Amino acid sequence: MSVQTIRNVFSVETGYRLSDDQIVNHFPNHYELTRKDLMVKNIKRYRKELEKEGSPLAEKDENGKYIYLDFVPVTFMLPADYNLFVEEFRKNPSSTWIMKPCGKAQGKGIFLINKLSQIKKWSRDSKTSSFVSQSSKEAYVISLYINNPLLIGGKKFDLRLYVLVSTYRPLRCYMYKLGFCRFCTVKYTPSTSELDNMFVHLTNVAIQKHGDDYNHIHGGKWTVSNLRLYLESTRGKEVTNKLFDEIHWIIVQSLKAVAPVMNNDKHCFECYGYDIIIDDKLKPWLIEVNASPSLTSSTANDRILKYNLINDTLNIAVPNGEIPDCKWNKSPPKEVLGNYEVLYDEEMAQSDGPDRDLRSRSGQSTGVKGNRARDSGKPVLTTWK
Amino acid sequence: VSLHKPEIKLESLKEDIKAFLKTSGWEKKLQNAVYSELNVFPSPCHPAAPPEHMKEPLAYMRKAQGSWEKRILKSLNSMCTELSVPLAQKRPVNEQKELLNKWNEMGTDEPDLSLFRPVYAPKDFLEVLMNLRNPNYENGEQPSFRNHLGLIQVPLKVKDIPELKEDFSELGLNIGQLGIDDSAQVPPEFFENEHVRVGQKVLAEQDSAAAQQYVRQGCPTALRADLWALILNISNQPEDILYYEQLKSNVIQHDLLVDSLIYKDVKLTASNDDYYFVFEDYLYQVLLCFSRDTSVLEHFTYSSATPPKSYIRGKLGVEEYAVFYPPNGVIPFHGFSMYVAPLCFLYHEPSKLYQIFREMYVRFFFRLHSISSHPSGIVSLCLLFETLLQTHLPQLFYHLREIGAQPLRISFKWMVRAFSGYLATDQLLLLWDRILGYNSLEILAVLAAAVFAFRAVNLMEVTSLAAAEAVLADLSTLKVMPLLQIFLFATVT
Repeated sequence: MSVQTIRNVFSVETGYRLSDDQIVNHFPNHYELTRKDLMVKNIKRYRKELEKEGSPLAEKDENGKYIYLDFVPVTFMLPADYNLFVEEFRKNPSSTWIMKPCGKAQGKGIFLINKLSQIKKWSRDSKTSSFVSQSSKEAYVISLYINNPLLIGGKKFDLRLYVLVSTYRPLRCYMYKLGFCRFCTVKYTPSTSELDNMFVHLTNVAIQKHGDDYNHIHGGKWTVSNLRLYLESTRGKEVTNKLFDEIHWIIVQSLKAVAPVMNNDKHCFECYGYDIIIDDKLKPWLIEVNASPSLTSSTANDRILKYNLINDTLNIAVPNGEIPDCKWNKSPPKEVLGNYEVLYDEEMAQSDGPDRDLRSRSGQSTGVKGNRARDSGKPVLTTWK
Repeated sequence: VSLHKPEIKLESLKEDIKAFLKTSGWEKKLQNAVYSELNVFPSPCHPAAPPEHMKEPLAYMRKAQGSWEKRILKSLNSMCTELSVPLAQKRPVNEQKELLNKWNEMGTDEPDLSLFRPVYAPKDFLEVLMNLRNPNYENGEQPSFRNHLGLIQVPLKVKDIPELKEDFSELGLNIGQLGIDDSAQVPPEFFENEHVRVGQKVLAEQDSAAAQQYVRQGCPTALRADLWALILNISNQPEDILYYEQLKSNVIQHDLLVDSLIYKDVKLTASNDDYYFVFEDYLYQVLLCFSRDTSVLEHFTYSSATPPKSYIRGKLGVEEYAVFYPPNGVIPFHGFSMYVAPLCFLYHEPSKLYQIFREMYVRFFFRLHSISSHPSGIVSLCLLFETLLQTHLPQLFYHLREIGAQPLRISFKWMVRAFSGYLATDQLLLLWDRILGYNSLEILAVLAAAVFAFRAVNLMEVTSLAAAEAVLADLSTLKVMPLLQIFLFATVT
């Protein structure tokens, strides 16, 4: 079901009610996570809350940066936060920022700026802001551009990971083992002259597909296991494990951030496409979460992956191929997980102590994390395992 | 630590020097260097033997290699004439500047390569090998089960399974292996943790011989790059980096015809590979320099091949104007770039990547495309493969032969490329661990036979060469070590 249809299904006006045997593939207000501005807002709120309750997770370092929860690049809403943005921009005038329209996908409408003049239109006091429309379509987020991405073979890439959420309260989510890296077809260069060349900077396949070098056999994609092999071989096992642990951590934290505001309708499940960029210090950054990750295929391998993804997702959401019943306990047996692994199970985490270890080993798997109980003792990221 | 001290006495000088070498680590480096030479160079032959014997003792093999080389050179020269492209020319200054700017992204270049063809492909080479005959060997009988039914018809000695079991004893069933005993179901305490610990110790000791022994059981991914460098005795000293930079400037200044062959090969093979496309640019940076590296000429003393000679224009036959072409004497063929591609997973620094590849080439890869009687040469590997198959899977062998699908026709390309591009990268690296560990390519033939054994049931049902190819088209899901172990140690002979 598409997001438009979901909007109709859950809209107050239509008065439509899902019956017990109907399950849908979106949460009614998924946009709390999947709209760029709302995601950032929720994460900021979540961090402040943790800080207020004195949780060790919200600990900050000497520079005032969150130690464990700094995983979204500095972001502002435009035009609302324009002045705050200008303040931040002036601290680092040589930095590059990326402008993204809140409501669009597939890389549409994105551009990079490195001068304030390039976004004059969004200034609140601007005389040219005659289109100051508060309609969500015109709203943009502006984020600090990660200009030191990890490069492999000189090329920039991002990670697309699939995460299935069957319920938000208690939080139960699964990570698909077969995520992939999307490489830019053109060599990455941070030079300012290339700012306008979208093929260098954006890794969306939709954009790369039209570049001259796009290859239809591999589609510029690498499996996550290739990434792991490369990193282990060139950087070592410990830092690679730490990277993947951090990736799992930021996914779970982002879900926890929106869990309180999510309409946890029992008819719903959702498979998100997480976009993550790794910088050259091997720190992962959450760029965005997609509610309708592309299920079209650009290569033969891709078609197999997406087919299996849909298959495994449905097996978890509605096991045994039986008529769905939204009242079931949403605990699928292990056998139906397919290529999914349990990422976080709040119920299980709270029932067992912090000693419970659900780690699944082997260098090629994504690893399984089990027990970040909300008020547990000081979390050391590498003991996620 | 220095010997330049007044306390040094003449009487104890010899001991002092020995002690100094030990403490400064130079003794180990010398040992490693000597060990390296022992691995690479053949044992000295009879003092009266002429130098050709060090290249290749059998006359008919030398002759065959010579004819093959003539053919390749003829093909290269005719392409040259057809396309009116010189073998080599100096680049104009503006082109030099452009290339220097684009050095890290040569993959984005799209020169028109449609008229260039690879000089030869593995299957052309196979035809030559099939026609090899020993003129001193009279095999009057018709081929039967007593003789060899395969494509290779020369009487070279190859090992049988009992001998292979002995040679590859570390792959035995009761010895831990990476690629088997590190799988998800096996607790790491059983083998993996200890093996990693030993590996770290070997690296700390910087002992080549110990490393070579160690990698027979596989390299932990995090240690592999360093272990291979240790075995190949590559330390990436400043003079090595300088040498690489010198080669790079040679590339900038002169354009060679083989450059186009290299571009074409990379575009046809590695650029389309799921694993290696990312490293396309590194491949140019390595292979273009490789073509110009005259130090590679040294390996021709122990290779059956001879570098092609060319003459400066207008001075045909005049020895003072003879040059080797390409400068390193190696003419690339279709798939050559796949020798370099897997190494990109281990080394991201171009000069180190370059040295590792060069050493791998002059130790191992050159044997896969030259005609010789060496046990790791491609001819012996083919014969080993066919013999293993015929001896241990006679029914399968006979069936495939009957339907016109000689097994070697399918496995040849795997062995020529050392399985690069056919196996998943992590499996390939486990295989190459053993090549380094045993200093031999025989494992390629054993693996090829093991793959056939693994898919024997399906192969027995096919009725054409095309169908047989289809059964064996996709090796990317195979796990190399279990296949080898089962074939060598768990098959009833």
